[in-house]
Amino acid sequence: MQKRISIHGPKLGLTVVMLAVSILFLLPFFWMLMTSFKIEKDVFVYPIEWIPRQWNAIANYKEVWFGQYPFYLYYWNSIKVSLITTLISCFVSSLAAYGFSKIRFAAGQWLFLIVLATYMIPGQAILVPQFILYRNIGLFDSHLGLILIGSFSVLGTFMLRQFFMGVHQDFIESAKIDGAGHFRIFCSIGLPLVKPAVATYAILRFIWTWNDYQNPLIFLRTDKWFTLPLAMQKFTSMSGEFYSLQMAGAVSAIFPLLLIFIIGQKSVIQGIALGGVKG
Amino acid sequence: MSSTQAALKKPPASKPQKMRSLQRGETLAGLLFVSPMLIGVSVLVLLPIIATVVLGFADWNFVQGWDGIRWIGLQNYEHLLSDSMFLRSLRNNLIFLLTVPVYMLISMVLAILIDRYVYLKGYFKVAYFMPYISNIVAVAVVWQVLFQPSYGPINEMLKALGISDPPKWIADPNYALISIMMISVWISIGFNLIIYIAGLQAIPKDLYEAADIDGANAWVKFRRITLPLLSPTSFFLLVTGIISTFKVFDIIAVMTQGGPIGSTTMMVWYLYDTAFVNLKVGYASSIGVVLFAFVMLITLIQWIAQKKWVNY
Repeated sequence: MQKRISIHGPKLGLTVVMLAVSILFLLPFFWMLMTSFKIEKDVFVYPIEWIPRQWNAIANYKEVWFGQYPFYLYYWNSIKVSLITTLISCFVSSLAAYGFSKIRFAAGQWLFLIVLATYMIPGQAILVPQFILYRNIGLFDSHLGLILIGSFSVLGTFMLRQFFMGVHQDFIESAKIDGAGHFRIFCSIGLPLVKPAVATYAILRFIWTWNDYQNPLIFLRTDKWFTLPLAMQKFTSMSGEFYSLQMAGAVSAIFPLLLIFIIGQKSVIQGIALGGVKG
Repeated sequence: MSSTQAALKKPPASKPQKMRSLQRGETLAGLLFVSPMLIGVSVLVLLPIIATVVLGFADWNFVQGWDGIRWIGLQNYEHLLSDSMFLRSLRNNLIFLLTVPVYMLISMVLAILIDRYVYLKGYFKVAYFMPYISNIVAVAVVWQVLFQPSYGPINEMLKALGISDPPKWIADPNYALISIMMISVWISIGFNLIIYIAGLQAIPKDLYEAADIDGANAWVKFRRITLPLLSPTSFFLLVTGIISTFKVFDIIAVMTQGGPIGSTTMMVWYLYDTAFVNLKVGYASSIGVVLFAFVMLITLIQWIAQKKWVNY
């Protein structure tokens, strides 16, 4: 009994210390949120007003959402691009993952090596040719182009392949004997069995696409196609010294992801750990 | 699956010819399944990397059209060696490598504490993970304001603590890079932490129990069990961390644009600036090749080193 208590004492102490450290990670977010509610002249008041004295929340957010850079439009663009990219990427990756793991064909192995090898190529080393290609085939400055850039994920294929390899070959063989083709097996046996893995990958892909800044910067030019991160950056450089508005924009840009993260926390953390340890 | 199907599991005996046509069907199905991925990767990755290597030998501004290409052999690479801005970017990239051991160490300590020694694990995972999950542009904007030199909250606090002349952070050439590195550490901890926690959970508990029976103290257990068994995780994080420092771009583009006076320029930023601001496509491609070479070199070292040094 004595020992129990003496173990719990330090544990409690460490928890308190860690709570203090975690404030370092949360405080900037809290400051951002509170500043987004302030009137502009109170932003840099010192000592810091952690709770705004004068609230200007509605006006700030109205300006961000429906002002010169209307966030509702960029939200829609981001949702559209992220969702479609996620759908296509999941479909393409799981098809390929099934093909590379459950269908025995001679070319499969070295084709997989080729695909895997491209994972080494840093995205930025190929930006220029991609840009030239897009200019020439008319995909520049369009959502379709942006979606295609994010739709062929080696990491996704690799992750899902690991899971398909865990599906017992007997399932596939017996379905084949029943006369099912591979596509039917894929849809009715393969996918349902790896559904949790696909869901995890889907959440990750959605987050990555949503947060992507570099590709929209290169492949979009017209304001009305902008996705949130790009719009956020333009909005910041336009609104210059209006820090309360910038913070309202930042809150708007961060909020939906935070929501997804908190809802799908287990999947996200698991997916990152998995993709990390294996990928 | 029913038992009758299990009984039928063995494929019916058939003539070699039928086998061959079956195999041909399998090959066709396989190719069909992997072809979307294969075509996508070929057009959007393989073709472009070949183009990058080829364009690295050219002097070309794409406003001039295809006729404007001049082939100049290795001149781009010779030029890179004497280009002070490129060398500065490379140096900054190398300095940025210091962030990797720093955030790995912090993450490992935090991970061990969270995994074993505290309550509220779920809360801590979310709290430390927030910077990583957040949109980097939004995070960069927030830090830009926090670091505001004359009346930003950070400098106000430093002044209140008695530092009369606090650094100007991202506005000061001497502090800009280190400021960005600090933010980068702050962002990266979440990811490393999660991977370390996964690594810790994979260590069999009975090893610690056996050590307890032998009377080992916490430090010995850390030194003899935790650290060696985490080595694959550490190695993975080291390699991905190093590779990701070569790809740093977003935070530079949003916060400093390589400035002030080139103090935060990095390879990818310089590539972007050369290609999309100055429109020197050939020269930018040669930078792309250097970047590719670095990443490939690190990956190769990883392959070799993994076999030699990592305990499994």
